[in-house]
Amino acid sequence: MVSKSGFRNVSIGSTLLWITVFVVVPYLFVLVFSFFQRDPEQIVAAVFTWQNYKDIFSPVFLVVCWNSLILALGTTVITLLVAYPFAFFLGRIPERIRRILLLLMIIPFWTSSLIRTYALIILFKANGIVNGLLLSLKLVDEPLAILYTQTSVFIGLVYTLLPFMILPIYSSIQKLDLRLIEAARDLGATSGHIFLRIVLPLTLPGIIAGSTMVFLPALGLFYIPDLLGGARSMLIGNFIKNQFLTTGNWPLGSAASVILTLIMCLFLYVYFLSSRKARTSGMGEMA
Amino acid sequence: MESLPIVRLQGVTKRFDDVCAVDSLDLDIYQGEFLTLLGPSGCGKTTVLRLIAGLETLSAGEISMNGSRLNGTPPNKRNVNTVFQSYALFPHMTVFENIAFGLRLKQSDKQAIRHQVSEALDLVKLSGLENRRPHQLSGGQQQRVAMARAIVNKPQVLLLDEPLSALDYRLRQEMEIELKRVHRQLGITFVFVTHDQEEAISMSDRIAVMNEGRVEQIGTPIKIYEEPENMFVARFVGEINVFDGHVVNVNNGSAVVDIHGQLFPVQNRKKAGTGDKVRVLLRPEDIQVTRDADKNGGPALSGKVDEVIYKGKTVDLVISLDAGETINVTQFFNEDQEDLVYGEGERVHVDWLYGWEVIL
Repeated sequence: MVSKSGFRNVSIGSTLLWITVFVVVPYLFVLVFSFFQRDPEQIVAAVFTWQNYKDIFSPVFLVVCWNSLILALGTTVITLLVAYPFAFFLGRIPERIRRILLLLMIIPFWTSSLIRTYALIILFKANGIVNGLLLSLKLVDEPLAILYTQTSVFIGLVYTLLPFMILPIYSSIQKLDLRLIEAARDLGATSGHIFLRIVLPLTLPGIIAGSTMVFLPALGLFYIPDLLGGARSMLIGNFIKNQFLTTGNWPLGSAASVILTLIMCLFLYVYFLSSRKARTSGMGEMA
Repeated sequence: MESLPIVRLQGVTKRFDDVCAVDSLDLDIYQGEFLTLLGPSGCGKTTVLRLIAGLETLSAGEISMNGSRLNGTPPNKRNVNTVFQSYALFPHMTVFENIAFGLRLKQSDKQAIRHQVSEALDLVKLSGLENRRPHQLSGGQQQRVAMARAIVNKPQVLLLDEPLSALDYRLRQEMEIELKRVHRQLGITFVFVTHDQEEAISMSDRIAVMNEGRVEQIGTPIKIYEEPENMFVARFVGEINVFDGHVVNVNNGSAVVDIHGQLFPVQNRKKAGTGDKVRVLLRPEDIQVTRDADKNGGPALSGKVDEVIYKGKTVDLVISLDAGETINVTQFFNEDQEDLVYGEGERVHVDWLYGWEVIL
């Protein structure tokens, strides 16, 4: 018992320490900086001001925010549409093939997503592999402009975040009791009815979880729009990065970070509410 | 039973990979009857039910309903509904929504749906629980919701797949009576699957005893219990004692069978000939036990009491015969017989009344 609780204390303690040192403390700095003044000499000057937040709520930043939300929302919808059929298929095939497919899906995770984004550039650039293929198949006459467009940003985000959508949906589909589908068919339901009234509601927790896990990172991932979208797309993530690394305006970057965090907290709260509702309004497992 | 069958199974066969679950089975199901498919697990009884429901596809044969072929008709187009062993209630819907599920697919009149659902709830005695969710109900209540959800669609045939097996003994007995009442009130055909022979006997109009994908015998509970046609039915339904013997004499409808040197007259339903080896089957309650051999004057087998099991309204005896067999005997108490209580080790003689035996 003693060694067990000792192990528990050590494992929980070390995680807490890690989070404190690398998440909580830096974040407190960000919070504090967001109320400080900019100082060209020392990065920030410890003088209280609301100015950063006033600057943030400028039309420019609101447009950035709006674009980011639209992009994140679009990414979530596309990943959902791609992931749901795949996850459904994954949950219904023989164990052996399923394990291979899951492995194939997870292997790319072992490579840095930054490197994989560079790989996308090689695929999409004017004289890249995709255009080469399209040209040689005579499907297009001149190279398509994919890179540095909104399209390539979507493709990049969807590609990177797809597994985060697939896994939670897959797990909820696996839990789906096939006998319920039989019962619905027995009661006269067509495939369409069964999907809308049985399968979809019962896999809703997976959809909500997956959407959260795609939407929130999509709001903040700055390097994918940076690399694939070029200078055209300015999103919250890029805005923050630019304030810190390019213009050197740490207080403004901090204020933007705080705003982004608040937006995410809002969505997490919505997620919490909706997943709790989805759970209490179903899922006999609780009984 | 002269009427046309409502459901007719002809040469119905179902193979799963190489395993034959149902083997060219013929079965007629009549309007309004309570038919039970009884058999050990793996005998194919649930598969037969699923074939009728359309949840499995036939490997061979034909199922027809009201004279028209059902092969290939999807389950949602068949006028049958199933009560599943697992109940398969939709966990994200209330009791009301579960029961209204089938109705809402077919009609849109909300008032009519509400009326029919509350009628079905009344029938299964669950009124007032409309807004509960399945996980808030007890096993017995879930069972009733599953019943209501099926019967509210007014199917011609209701299929019940071991619906009582998950309930405890008391509740099961209660539900047996409830099921019979619902059957009477609705007047529709019930096809009930069970491995519990007591359930089958107490509820059914007819029982089809199944084994290895085939029907071994079909008939009323009394026929099945008292006149089993083969050893499987005899052994599976109730307890049975088996005596090996051979026929020494045949005379009109009766025969004389030599069992361990004792000559027993029996009814010759099997039409056995002289010299044939036969098995004489007797239910435990059909055997008489006496202390002296000559009391009844006829043939008897001697043995000694091994065990006495007092059961309240009966006493069960385990008797080992001098010839080697061990038999079970059930004796009912009645007021003018006080000497039923035998001691262990006591010497006894057993026989039976002419005609109470079955020979195979």
